[in-house]
Amino acid sequence: MSTLSDPPRESFQLSMLLSDTRYRGYTFQFIALIILVASVAYLMSNLFANLAAAGLNISYEFLGDPSGYDVNQTLIPYTSQSTHLTAAWVGILNTLLVAFMACLTATILGVIAGVLRLSKNWLVSKLMSVYVEAFRNVPVLIWILIINTLVVLLPSPRAYRGAEPEAEMLFGMFALTNRGVYMPAPVWGSGSLVVVFTFLASLVAIFMFRGWATKQLYDKGQDINKLWPTLVLFFVPTILIYFIMGSPIGIEYPELKGFNFQGGLEVQRPLIALWLALSIYTGAFIAENVRAGIQAISKGQTEAAASLGLRPNRIMNLVVLPQALRVIIPPLISQFLNITKNSSLAIAVGYADITATLGGITLNQTGRAIECVLLLMLFYLIISLGISAIMNVYNASVALKER
Amino acid sequence: MPSRDTNVAFVRTEFIEPSPPPSSTQGPVAWMRENLFSSIPYSILTLLSIYFIYTLLAGLLPWLFGGVWDTSSIRECREVIEGTGGCFSVLSERWNQLLFGISYPQNAYWRPALAFVLLFVAAAPVMFPAVPRQLLVFTGLYPFLAFWLIWGGTILAPMVGLLGFVAGYMAFVQLEKTNGFAAGFFGGIVAALIVWLLGGFISGAMPHFIALEAVASRNMGGFMLNMILGTVCVSLSLPLGIALALGRQSDLLIIKWICVVFIEFIRGVPLITLLFVANVVLAYFLPPGTNFDLILRVIIMITMFSAAYIAEVIRGGLAALPRGQYEAADSLGLDYAQSMRLIILPQALKISIPGIVNVAVGLFKDTTLVSVISMFDLVGMIRGPILASTEWNGVYWELWGFASLLFFVVCYGISQYSQWLERQLATDHR
Repeated sequence: MSTLSDPPRESFQLSMLLSDTRYRGYTFQFIALIILVASVAYLMSNLFANLAAAGLNISYEFLGDPSGYDVNQTLIPYTSQSTHLTAAWVGILNTLLVAFMACLTATILGVIAGVLRLSKNWLVSKLMSVYVEAFRNVPVLIWILIINTLVVLLPSPRAYRGAEPEAEMLFGMFALTNRGVYMPAPVWGSGSLVVVFTFLASLVAIFMFRGWATKQLYDKGQDINKLWPTLVLFFVPTILIYFIMGSPIGIEYPELKGFNFQGGLEVQRPLIALWLALSIYTGAFIAENVRAGIQAISKGQTEAAASLGLRPNRIMNLVVLPQALRVIIPPLISQFLNITKNSSLAIAVGYADITATLGGITLNQTGRAIECVLLLMLFYLIISLGISAIMNVYNASVALKER
Repeated sequence: MPSRDTNVAFVRTEFIEPSPPPSSTQGPVAWMRENLFSSIPYSILTLLSIYFIYTLLAGLLPWLFGGVWDTSSIRECREVIEGTGGCFSVLSERWNQLLFGISYPQNAYWRPALAFVLLFVAAAPVMFPAVPRQLLVFTGLYPFLAFWLIWGGTILAPMVGLLGFVAGYMAFVQLEKTNGFAAGFFGGIVAALIVWLLGGFISGAMPHFIALEAVASRNMGGFMLNMILGTVCVSLSLPLGIALALGRQSDLLIIKWICVVFIEFIRGVPLITLLFVANVVLAYFLPPGTNFDLILRVIIMITMFSAAYIAEVIRGGLAALPRGQYEAADSLGLDYAQSMRLIILPQALKISIPGIVNVAVGLFKDTTLVSVISMFDLVGMIRGPILASTEWNGVYWELWGFASLLFFVVCYGISQYSQWLERQLATDHR
């Protein structure tokens, strides 16, 4: 650079810290740092003064103490003699369970509703707009409570008793009661592992076959029919092995014994209420994302594909969807994050997620508010940051490769 | 040369009237064929939808129109109603609790109601460019007026608050002219603090000067509480969100990282954990002996929550501006504060409006979460005092329907407004 434009050297004056843009940045950062340190120190001194006054300290030893409370739904062995830490793990698994289930169903629901909202069928598209607007504009907490009430108002197990019961089981298999839904459960006999592995192996085989067929199509121009081999691979080996092993997997039906159903799989009311409400509520948001994603693909793409002679089905699969997914996936993942965070509303219907165990009962019993809330936040923070990290990697991989 | 016979026209001199299109492409029948029954799968879908709508209406309409409005308990309802009518008496009996909470004084209902009506007057000049600009003065006065109306007490308290802002602004204007933006900014803060400190003594000394009956925060409830939390937190979080977004974009590393950590932390945790903080943890961090009321603690946490989300929306708007705008502002010789205020932020905020409205709607819906920490907002009111009372135990659908309706009207209204505004602000040529 030419030396002419250099400012004349002048001696440093204190006022330049505020007025000179070269130094002002450092001044502001210094002030911000001081304010930050001072406020943290102030809050910490308050904290220690308050803790000392209440005779408390910060310690996580309570996590090793017996919790002394029961949890209605546990995925790992748990009794009231287990530790608070185990209770927290139970809660974490329950959170992940309901979040996973809700993500799955919300995606299915959202994609269906989003596509149908663009349908040429006037009635269906209007119906879908009503669904989307109704669910998006009412708080999720109200939906959770409404669906919980719906389940509460189902007949009690007692109504299924007697010679002329007031309620009947659906197909003789499903019992919808106000305590939850009872459904048939598989019973794993000896040798069932072989069947499961066969099934998984056939899935791998299907995957490999389809990959090979596509490669043949691209390399040699041979169009191999994929449908029939796929169906054969899916059903035949598993069914064969199933009978060869002597039908090891049975089905246990729920039966009414005394005042309640026994056997089978029980899905409790809180889980149902939370799962359905989160799915339907978030499904409405996902529907909007899907619609926006499909509409973002310019009409020229569809027309170009059509003029190449592609059928509507292939236009959707090969041209529109791959491009739409790039638009849909990032907001979809942030909806998954929202589901995970909204699952903390479990506390309103008594579902034992992490907020209800660690942030609810454990907190109330031990009085360790700071520790519990801190751990709770840490858990959600890890989940959120983990998912956003995955999302960033994905975004980088699908981003348009620009010159 | 043959004479031209004008009676025989081989070429028409006027157009024939267009014949009507075939009846199969016109009228309701054609419309239905086109839009409802264009193919067999579509016809099946249509029939299914019609059946669905029919069952819905068949259940809903008798319930809605066969309902009773003037009994005093659910037992009386069940005696009176034949069939499936709703027991809407709960609404006519408990409307005041649903809207204002249990302990808000009955004779003062007009105050929050008036504040609610004035909210529209105050919001109008901000929302609609056609409204005269002079009304903006009222918008500026509104927060203090609404505070006085809802909380009551002497009018001096909000007056002092207002005076502090005026003094701060005047100090800012004076100092900015001579000493630049930074000096004006800090000078304004100092001036406002001085006025508030002095005014606090005066208003504390005269608690009955033009006073309304004071209502404590813990007596706020019902839908009013949702409205208060929603409007207060959204309006407070806007400036905070802008500051955070600018901080995150800043070149100053320390400020940038403070903002990044704050935003990512808040966005990573559910609102409910922040409400737990407000409820049980925040008290530990305050000086011993201070007693903040819960509503204020909740407002602080919700404001921080929505500020983080708004910051991200505005950051998107800032990032969407072409680089040339920043460079143009620099080349005009504007400093940072000027270029942000005059060039960057007006455009970035315009781009961010839909996102900000989305956050505002989401936040308003999330105010129902305070019922989890046993505050009696609309949802808390329904779950607690009303459904637990012996008179109305079991009146679910009427209450939840009412709550859903209130939220739907507000949220749907806001989102429609945002779409209208987007169309108004679209200055590009598409």
